[in-house]
Amino acid sequence: MNTTHQSAAKTSTGLLSILFVALVGVTVLFVAGHAQSATLHDAAHDMRHATGFPCH
Amino acid sequence: MITRMLAGGVLAGFAAGLFAALLHFAFVQKLILLGEQYETGALVHFETSDTQAPAASSHGESETGHAEGDAAPDGESPFKRNALTVLFAALTYTSFGILIVAGFALAEHFGRTVTAREGMLWGLAGFAVFQLAPAMGLPPGLPGTVSPDIGVRQVWWFGTVLATATGIACLAYGRSLVPAVLGGALLAAPHVIGAPQLDQFYGVAPPEVAAAFSANVLGVGFIAWAVLGWLAGRLWSSSAT
Repeated sequence: MNTTHQSAAKTSTGLLSILFVALVGVTVLFVAGHAQSATLHDAAHDMRHATGFPCH
Repeated sequence: MITRMLAGGVLAGFAAGLFAALLHFAFVQKLILLGEQYETGALVHFETSDTQAPAASSHGESETGHAEGDAAPDGESPFKRNALTVLFAALTYTSFGILIVAGFALAEHFGRTVTAREGMLWGLAGFAVFQLAPAMGLPPGLPGTVSPDIGVRQVWWFGTVLATATGIACLAYGRSLVPAVLGGALLAAPHVIGAPQLDQFYGVAPPEVAAAFSANVLGVGFIAWAVLGWLAGRLWSSSAT
């Protein structure tokens, strides 16, 4: 019984960790490629065009 | 586990981003600069009665769309501009690296092993998800060409990425007819719905340059993603305990 509980806890921690890391990835992707702040946009301009991201 | 994912993703992504920047300067940057010459009027593609079309204006807005490139970093030193491009290439691919490694971890969670070889396949799938499928509806835009409103393009872009990623996962890891059919439907859905389009085109850059730009962007992305996937898979498998 104890083992089952531990195993379930480990599994959900694993999925939560994966979700957390995926969210970090999406956040970095949004800042680098999609945020429309003028400063970010100008700095990232050429790379956004060159990755095919929607740009301005 | 989080440290293993982030370390591998960041390292592979940063390295692949530097490689992508190298390819960018070899294949893509000269086309961006050429497009900007048409956009600013330094070069003129056609002398027609439509040359005062919205794309040639300084603000670039119109009812039907938005001219590209009006916010190009004018007056900046080429060094600063290119340094920022290298930085953002590294940052962009770092985000791809983190996401691909999150995918590895998910696959491992369900009992799959990811090596450098599988990693490269994941990389090619990532290219299809983040660049090829969105490009079929919204081709990479050369400065001096026009595109629909940014908000609707971003919604379609994110929707296409999500649907394509889920569709490829269903096709790659599904074991029966149902996930295969679902995967195919998800791959098709964004294109059946259709990307936002303009009612009319008034870009000032030549279509030949825009076509070369799109093709080179996808070629560079293909190679950089293959390297990213291979590297991320190698780091992931070597860090397995």
